[in-house]
Amino acid sequence: MKTNEKYSKEHLLYVNNRRKNKFFIIAMRFLVLAAFISLWEILSAVGAIDSFLMSSPSRIIKTVKNLVVTGNLWMHVGTTLYETVVGFLIATALGTAIAVAFWWSENLRKIFEPYVIVLNSLPKIALGPIIIVWFGSGTKSIVFMTVIITLIVTIITMQNAFLSCGKGKIMLMKSMGANKFQILSKLILPHSFPSFISCLKINVGMAWIGSIMGEYLTSKQGIGYLIVYGGQVFKLDLVMASTVILCVLAGGMYALVALLEKKTTRKRER
Amino acid sequence: MNEILELDRISLTYHTPSGEIPAIGSISFSVENGEFIAIIGPSGCGKTSILSIVAGLLKPSGGEVRINGKKVVKPDGSIGYMLQKDELFPWLTIEQNVRLPLEIKGLKGTEYSEKVRSLLKKYGLWEFRGSYPSELSGGMRQRAALIRTLSSSPDLLLLDEPFSALDFQTRISVCDDVYEIIKKEKKTAVLVTHDITEAISVADRIVVLTKRPSKILNIHDIDTDKTLSPLKRRENKDFSAWFERLWRELNYENK
Repeated sequence: MKTNEKYSKEHLLYVNNRRKNKFFIIAMRFLVLAAFISLWEILSAVGAIDSFLMSSPSRIIKTVKNLVVTGNLWMHVGTTLYETVVGFLIATALGTAIAVAFWWSENLRKIFEPYVIVLNSLPKIALGPIIIVWFGSGTKSIVFMTVIITLIVTIITMQNAFLSCGKGKIMLMKSMGANKFQILSKLILPHSFPSFISCLKINVGMAWIGSIMGEYLTSKQGIGYLIVYGGQVFKLDLVMASTVILCVLAGGMYALVALLEKKTTRKRER
Repeated sequence: MNEILELDRISLTYHTPSGEIPAIGSISFSVENGEFIAIIGPSGCGKTSILSIVAGLLKPSGGEVRINGKKVVKPDGSIGYMLQKDELFPWLTIEQNVRLPLEIKGLKGTEYSEKVRSLLKKYGLWEFRGSYPSELSGGMRQRAALIRTLSSSPDLLLLDEPFSALDFQTRISVCDDVYEIIKKEKKTAVLVTHDITEAISVADRIVVLTKRPSKILNIHDIDTDKTLSPLKRRENKDFSAWFERLWRELNYENK
């Protein structure tokens, strides 16, 4: 931006209004959260809502504190985070690799097309009992559940990204004498990078579904376990506290991917 | 005779599940070094396919193409291909885009960097070398696309309606621009176009094709002053005579 240039009043007003609006939006976001929490707290304090069933912000904080003090919180968070992140990484890497294979061989893609479609429509939770029999009850099963939930979406998203590359660019590469590997590495992969980032964003959500669902099925520890356990013994404080922790973790993971996006996309295509 | 490109009885049949379509009947012509050839013909006559065959991207059903006496079997990067759209890679800077053909061929030395730099400087893209294509105007992008095809020093340039995606105003000036660069670099060029005026304003010879299955209807020597720029040629008094003649050939004699 040119700084020594003198802007018109109208422009300054425009810039100022923009800034004001941005500030207003952020302030309102916090206000909505604060209002929600206060209302919840007040209503349960005066007895308008049953804090045994609905819990309350202060009781949630107390529950989290307790979990920290007993040292169990980090174990539960660590377990779920491990399952989610490992499942996320395996599914993303494997899914992208399969999509590359499908790009490389059109016949391979056509042969496996119906299988991918069926697996995509299948509710993966139906495989729960089989997974438990195969992998036992524990982390392995949950990671596997996370992988199968995330994998198919990754394959489909990345395959579509690869196939969306313009014919003209491929023709151009061929006319330059490029071989298939060069077309893949210099054209198809960089072309699909923005799709890869949005795929990561989808996968964050999918991986959390996988790990929590896996823990609902079979687990002795983790955030999903705490929620199920809390529900069974009617400790709604524990359920609510775990849900809040889950929100923070999932939000944090999404923010990391968004940060990665910001770091990797400069001023290139908009 | 110093023939750089020879098309020897090229024919092409398209195959679709519902049948086969003879697209190119039999086409033979040759291009001399330094010539600018334009190919015009009714739409669907396989003009673009001819370029693809010359580039080695498409196998002809019959006949063969020779570049410098050598039969073309597959694309080897010895020709420069310019398409309707600039097809610059949006994730690469202008300099990286221009360097692409060299990179594909694995040519890395300083002499090649020098070549890219001198081309960028010579043709006014030096200050944009670090910019991304989205930051350039349509005309500048098409110029960058041309410089990209020149970076690997091809003997022959194939231009497939390279100006048709631009608006009329830009088109005329980019055409001038591209013509001047091609002449300066002493390249041989084959241009495919559906725009008769464009063909007359740049070509030394114009190949007129019949409709499908295409054959050569006529090859015209355009006898205007070759030192004039395409824009100046448009003002020449022969221009409208040529236009009328080619228009007639395409529209009436082609029936």
